[in-house]
Amino acid sequence: MLEVNNLKTHFRTQDGVVKAVDGVSFSLEAGETLGIVGESGSGKSVTALSIMQLNPKPPAEYPEGEIIFEDQNLLETSDKRMQEIRGNDIAMIFQDPMTSLNPVFTVGNQIREAIRIHQNLSKSEAQEKTIQVLRDVGIANPERVVKEYPHQFSGGMRQRAMIAMGLSCNPKVLIADEPTTALDVTIQAQILELMVDLQEKYGTAIIMITHDLGVVSQLADNVMVMYAGRAVEQATTDEVFYDPLMPYSWSLLRSLPRLDTAGEVRLLPIEGTPPSLIFLPDGCNFSPRCPFVKDECHEIDPDLEEKKPSHKAACILSVEEIEKNKRRVDEELGVET
Amino acid sequence: MTESTETSAETNGSSGDFLLQTKDLKMHFPIRAGVLQRTVGHVKAVDGVDLSVRRGETLGLVGESGCGKSTLARLILRLLEPTEGEVIFDGENILGYDRKRMLGVRRNMQIVFQDPYASLNPRMTVGNIVSEPLRTHDVGGDSSGDRKKRVQELLEVVGLSPEHYNRYPHEFSGGQRQRIGVARAIALNPRLIICDEPVSALDVSIQAQVINLLQDLQKEFDLTYVFIAHDLSVVKHISDRVAVMYLGKIVEIADRDALYDEPRHPYTASLLSAIPVPDPHKERERRRVVLSGDVPSPANPPQGCSFHTRCPRAQDYCTNHEPRLEPQGDKVGAEVGSGAEASGPTEGHRAACFFPVLEGQHIEESETSTPYRAE
Repeated sequence: MLEVNNLKTHFRTQDGVVKAVDGVSFSLEAGETLGIVGESGSGKSVTALSIMQLNPKPPAEYPEGEIIFEDQNLLETSDKRMQEIRGNDIAMIFQDPMTSLNPVFTVGNQIREAIRIHQNLSKSEAQEKTIQVLRDVGIANPERVVKEYPHQFSGGMRQRAMIAMGLSCNPKVLIADEPTTALDVTIQAQILELMVDLQEKYGTAIIMITHDLGVVSQLADNVMVMYAGRAVEQATTDEVFYDPLMPYSWSLLRSLPRLDTAGEVRLLPIEGTPPSLIFLPDGCNFSPRCPFVKDECHEIDPDLEEKKPSHKAACILSVEEIEKNKRRVDEELGVET
Repeated sequence: MTESTETSAETNGSSGDFLLQTKDLKMHFPIRAGVLQRTVGHVKAVDGVDLSVRRGETLGLVGESGCGKSTLARLILRLLEPTEGEVIFDGENILGYDRKRMLGVRRNMQIVFQDPYASLNPRMTVGNIVSEPLRTHDVGGDSSGDRKKRVQELLEVVGLSPEHYNRYPHEFSGGQRQRIGVARAIALNPRLIICDEPVSALDVSIQAQVINLLQDLQKEFDLTYVFIAHDLSVVKHISDRVAVMYLGKIVEIADRDALYDEPRHPYTASLLSAIPVPDPHKERERRRVVLSGDVPSPANPPQGCSFHTRCPRAQDYCTNHEPRLEPQGDKVGAEVGSGAEASGPTEGHRAACFFPVLEGQHIEESETSTPYRAE
């Protein structure tokens, strides 16, 4: 349904070209949930904003690639056509519900705006629909709440209102950019449950962008791991979690303190910091921090290739070499596998 | 001055195993309204907290935003003056201390803040930031050269390089800044460090670096930590004992494994079940308890048990009786009261609930047969 091919989003800045997204491809089918994982600055959000065509141009430019949605390339559609798609066919939920709602309009007003732009409804019909979507997302007393302002809402309610807005036009694709990062865990559980329910009800495809591997393992069918603007691993959720074939994904899992293992295991920190997107290292982007690094890694820039059926990873090491390295480091850490 | 406090602390036998104790600590912030700014109510940010921290241990403190964790940290350090209660550091109530004596105590208790972008002065060099406590307390050598050497040692201890001495905070990444914050906290060789969400502003791969650093420093310098976080996985990893806070009160406290394996308070149990674990198979099989609603306002906490508005096990009894933090038996079964009480007031597993989650029970199955634990 949605297909992204070799997407490149670069930003021209005074210091040089920032390659925020540098050759990312994936596809999304109806009803599927794709998890995009990565650290801050890995290009997750810029990928989402590119699909929505919300990156400011300039400085953003798309030197290569295409985003195909229902047989049209979103990178080439007119602004007018894009406006029809945005919010209607593809909707987005932003990370921070505090700043993404307008404080001077009532919540009802803001949801109604989205509905009236995209659907040919009268004011009173739109109002009814607004109340109905608010009820759908589990807000009590929607008739009263539509008249309230965002500051009267708690964080969880605001995120529900954002989801209501996103779903008000029954989009085919919903992009959720860190929808629960700003929320407490008990509220996060409510919101995630809500998203799963709504997905089952409407068959929406979801792109779930997050840095929380727990959230991904709960929701996603497939996972794409991003590092320094590239996809470094793509596979089913199970494959990525149980048999990661890119040292970065593996180290990320080993660097997490976990609830489900006994506490005495030492964490494996990933040394150093993510590279600057202007001056990328020679060879593999992850080579300066990689625990499995060998000399060739500093020269060869690996492509994303199929290591196993439908399991892609960007690493020059063979599957056997990766497995051997994993065992070696696990022994050093004292992890039982 | 500082010497005399140190010797008195050492000779003071009553402090026992505990480096820090709080007794019925309360912080009620007044809410003022109207032209005359009359007090119309109180936000009960911390409402009667009894806590004991043993020497050399890490006590984890978890809870949702607004539960009073950070306020409690500031009360312990006396950065806020509590409404009521006692803070006993090394056997002495420090709340009565004057400025001069307080300075001596502060040498031994330090804090690492949450946001490494806001807690380092952007106009000071790293050298100045880390040596400031040395200058304030007049330690670390007489000449500035001695202090510089000491600061460079500290930078190495926390994994930075001595050449960073003359740089400014903006030249560092989040993880490195947090290391600077840690270097500043350990500069005076304190005994207690309060870590207030030290890793929550950092990326996952960097969190592990800082957690490992804190653990290494604890071993090397024999530190005691109060580790505050909302992330229960991080707290599980680093803590020996864990306390769970809800609306300004401690609702459960226990050894790490007891708390995570056998949570007694329904709030702890639902918090634990709310956290997604990075394991898809386990995730699919898990039965999750989703609490409804939001945390009530601490300005107007519910009557009775403060958790009853969201509790899946709540009964009528909970709405008008307030549970106390009482000993819970772990795998002891029937003899709950006697067995746990014998081991002392701060030992073992304590929870504030009339209908605690017993072994093998699911928290939604409220057991009406569970006897009231009468007050």
